[in-house]
Amino acid sequence: MAKNTVRQDEKLNEIVKRDIIKRLYSYLKPYKFEVFQVLVLMGVVIGVNLLNPYFFRLGIDEYIANKDIKGLFLLGGLVILINIVSMICSRWRIKKMARITNNILVTIRHQLYEHIQKLSFEFFDNRPNGKIIARIIGDVNSLNNLFTSSVTNLIPDLVTLIAVVVIMISMNLKLALVSLVTLPFLLVFMFLVEVTCRKRWQLFRKKNSNMKGYIYENFSGIRVVQSFAAQDKTSRGFSEILAELNAAFIKAAKASDLFWPLVEISWGVGSVIVFWYGVKLLNTGEISVGLLVAFISYISMFWRPIMNLSNFYNNLITNMAAAERIFEIMDIKPDIEDKKCAKTMPKIKGNVVFRHVNFSYDDNEIVLKDINFSVKAGETIALVGPTGAGKTTIVNLIARFYDVDSGEVLIDGYNVSDVRLETLRSQMGIMLQDTFLFSGTIKENIRYGKLDATDEEIIKAAKAAYAHDFIMKLPNGYDTDINERGTRLSVGQRQLIAFARALLADPRILILDEATSSIDTHTERLVQKGIERLLKGRTSFVIAHRLSTIQNADRIFVIDDGRIKEMGNHDELMRMKGIYYNLFMSQFKFLDNKKAV
Amino acid sequence: MKRIWKYINKYKWYYLIAILSMMIAMALDMFNPRLTKIIIDDVIVGGTTEILWKLLLALIGITLSRAILGYIKEYLFDIASSKIVKEIRKDLFDHIQTLSFSYFDGMNTGEILSRLSEDVDNVWHALGFGSMLFIEQMIYFIVATIMLFTLNWKIALLSLATMPLIAYLAVILEKQIGEVYEKISDQGALLNTTAQENVAGVRLVKAFARERYEIEKFLNQNKENYRLNVKQADIWAKYHPIIEFLSNAISILIITVGGLLVIKEDISIGTLVAANFYTSMLIWPMRMLGWLTNILGQCNASLKKIDKIFNEKPTIKNAENPITPKFVKGHIKFENVSLEYDGVKVLKNINIDAKPGSTIAIMGTTGSGKSSLVNLIPRFYDCTGGRILLDGIDIKDIDLNFLRNQISVVMQDVFLFSDTIEENIKFGVKDTENVDIVRVAKDAQVYDFVMEMKDGFNTIIGERGVGLSGGQKQRISIARALAKESKILILDDATSALDMETEYKIERAIENRNEITKFIIAHRISAVKNADEIIILENGEIVERGTHDELLKKKGKYYDTYFEQTKGLYTENKEVV
Repeated sequence: MAKNTVRQDEKLNEIVKRDIIKRLYSYLKPYKFEVFQVLVLMGVVIGVNLLNPYFFRLGIDEYIANKDIKGLFLLGGLVILINIVSMICSRWRIKKMARITNNILVTIRHQLYEHIQKLSFEFFDNRPNGKIIARIIGDVNSLNNLFTSSVTNLIPDLVTLIAVVVIMISMNLKLALVSLVTLPFLLVFMFLVEVTCRKRWQLFRKKNSNMKGYIYENFSGIRVVQSFAAQDKTSRGFSEILAELNAAFIKAAKASDLFWPLVEISWGVGSVIVFWYGVKLLNTGEISVGLLVAFISYISMFWRPIMNLSNFYNNLITNMAAAERIFEIMDIKPDIEDKKCAKTMPKIKGNVVFRHVNFSYDDNEIVLKDINFSVKAGETIALVGPTGAGKTTIVNLIARFYDVDSGEVLIDGYNVSDVRLETLRSQMGIMLQDTFLFSGTIKENIRYGKLDATDEEIIKAAKAAYAHDFIMKLPNGYDTDINERGTRLSVGQRQLIAFARALLADPRILILDEATSSIDTHTERLVQKGIERLLKGRTSFVIAHRLSTIQNADRIFVIDDGRIKEMGNHDELMRMKGIYYNLFMSQFKFLDNKKAV
Repeated sequence: MKRIWKYINKYKWYYLIAILSMMIAMALDMFNPRLTKIIIDDVIVGGTTEILWKLLLALIGITLSRAILGYIKEYLFDIASSKIVKEIRKDLFDHIQTLSFSYFDGMNTGEILSRLSEDVDNVWHALGFGSMLFIEQMIYFIVATIMLFTLNWKIALLSLATMPLIAYLAVILEKQIGEVYEKISDQGALLNTTAQENVAGVRLVKAFARERYEIEKFLNQNKENYRLNVKQADIWAKYHPIIEFLSNAISILIITVGGLLVIKEDISIGTLVAANFYTSMLIWPMRMLGWLTNILGQCNASLKKIDKIFNEKPTIKNAENPITPKFVKGHIKFENVSLEYDGVKVLKNINIDAKPGSTIAIMGTTGSGKSSLVNLIPRFYDCTGGRILLDGIDIKDIDLNFLRNQISVVMQDVFLFSDTIEENIKFGVKDTENVDIVRVAKDAQVYDFVMEMKDGFNTIIGERGVGLSGGQKQRISIARALAKESKILILDDATSALDMETEYKIERAIENRNEITKFIIAHRISAVKNADEIIILENGEIVERGTHDELLKKKGKYYDTYFEQTKGLYTENKEVV
């Protein structure tokens, strides 16, 4: 899939409307009993509301007309009583319904989040973060009204509608049919409007997502924006995005606002037709005056629920776009998944074998070509080579971040794709190029490596990573809050914390992908000693550019153009006078050009 | 709230026309029952069928006008509210952009996102749907009240009897629900932040196989969100039914007490029936008051959050009469500069004199204050002691935008935008027509690897440059800084992910730019050795300074680092040569 930028609209796999509705309703199913209770409570409330006018008429006709003060106040007391009952029912209903709806939202959001965790890097790489977040938070939020109104409007209104239609038919079939005459027209028009509406709300959602993507990106990169004094530029960009969003909204509103007038017209024209036809029937003597008058009073009872239903339908269409975006993600199959019969990875000794491994990312360019090597437990392997040679890819395959195209990656004889991912990765300590820290305290960040670690263990790891000293100098020590990505710390300090985190995990295999690039040489040496002490005998893979970092490795793999070109320790490789030798010697001129010349 | 009026005022015509069509539609609505009554009384019962078609035509006319007016009303409310919201969003966005680094240090992007999207959406809801409902119900309320008073003042007072109580409840409701909404809004920000960190840190999550922990963490916040929303519903459930009851009670009062008056022959029964009709008109607005309070409470809670950001003032801003020099040579001078951050002395007594075109290299242990030092030059932070001069002028007196336009910074934390490589390089360029992308790309060693890509400079890179290696990202960010063509260049550990050869080539290209004053932070000796002055920082103090040769002779910290980095090299060299 091509990468999506913040300004581009996302491509969306359209899901059939019926399927969306079906899936939405499947969330209501577990709450059948609760929904039933809500409906009963609503029945009471609606019933009382219908009874009120009846009692009032009774009061006027029976008691006031007969000057029966006692009866009148008795009646008043009764009405107050039933209204109190209605009040209590209404309270229960609101509470119950809120629990149902919010439970469903929690479920949907949880499922979506759970699913996203399973997706591979490609999913994350191809969309701006803000847009993913927009789906988890914003799109789920907009389903809020849908569930409440579907229970509290849809069902009561449908019941009312059916009841009224039955009454109307029982009164007079011809009149009933005539009063329904405008309904098919309304449905056709609504269908036409709906198709447009749905597309436009989809577009609005996409634009909304663009806006979130833009905000997110702009403020994650605010330091760059300000340092380039580019606020005017990004402000213009945001204006454009807002203008598009607004245009999309107005377009959608233009169509959506048609719902109500359409019902209004059908209602009005429908009543006129009933009047006209009713008078005609009256003239032929087919119906009585009383029947017609009574029938007319039912017309508004017939159209009011239709108006409510159309409101609901409008709401459904508006929010369908959000549901669609949620389900679309849920339907993405994770690339990397545990096999059905996946085994638990036993405690790793650290033998790593690559057998004829070929790999490409987007099936266009082959990144690794027939990689073969065998690493014994406890060895330290350095990967050297120009940018883009495939060093990171090799370590990514060890942790099964990607699956190989062909060949095998074996750890202690287990094919990595046959074991449960969690049991594999939890035994690895991986330090990535891009250090990521969570907002929270330093202690919490280190603890991420081992969730049940004691404070002593954390301090021990921090000491080994040479982070303890600078942490203690901070105002609150280990409890110092750092914000996202640790912007208050220098990159080197962040790397040290990440180191402590990786060490705390007590990994069986350690992977360092340019993990010390921003640490000064002196500190780096100390960190290395810490690692050696803590992780003695563990297999480790190191990618680094500073040759002083690499030299002490047991073996060095020289990677170029997706192949291992040379293999051996520093001395062996120097004697080979191949790529490594040249690489190493060429540094001389960068380091001390006076002597090299 | 005050802030909002300013925006509403701008679009008052939309609102006025919308309200006008609303009122006409309401007035037309009053005719409907009357016409129906005539049809029933005169045509159906009375049998005067010949006027039927006129009446029906009138009914259709009313329906059509109501439909059209209704559409105009909704559409105008939608337009006005969306435009207002657009402006609020824009102004808030622009305002946040003016805030200083120290603000962003303590602020998560997830929260900013939340304020700019969900909170502004809540205001939108109130401005569109909420205000429409409010005005509509207000009109009904006023008309009904007037009608009641013209009917009989006793009845009128009676019908308003529970009103103070309802109003009182509405006030409490607003307060209580507002508090919960504020919490919901903060919780929303937290949800955003958690989700955002999870998505941004997905590689870390997967590397540590912490998916389940992350799901658990999110679920807990999700549940907290549930708890708050249910709490909001419970408050609503507490007051709303009472308000409904109290509004229904009006009818009961009218019938019983009013009935009493009829029996005592104080008022006529016709008056009572009419009063009953008008109270039903009165009841709706009262019931709606609960809903409106809810919307208003939510809107207010969000407005508070938004206001708080608007009230945030940038700590770093222009002096009263900022200077915009005509010409900049690029002479940077630190005079006794010190910096305190969170009570910790980060920099102490720094004196540096960087002549135009010179190169100052800064080395030092992790956390020694290197980045803090260079961050003072473009005023990302202000020094707390001493001063920094650009061409002899205190940088605090120079126009901030002008100052930053003179400086290109490559930060150690590379940030690229999800856009094409070309757009990323051109990011800081004001004059996009005359920029030589190819030249800067070649200088920054970007050209070759970009040309190998299928789409070349039009290749779209993911957010933060995903899909590129760390070294490639650094090179693009260097190209971006070079393209800006400013007098001062700061490379803050900008070559750490590069191999030595690439680093060397870039350094060469930069050295050739004689007219630029350069500040370079690096860890490799090879990157700093040609500098005019090398400064070694430790604990915020300059402990060693001089040229490469001078420092080697000193046999101090620089010498140690040099020795450490060249250990293998020297021995090898001897063996080989």
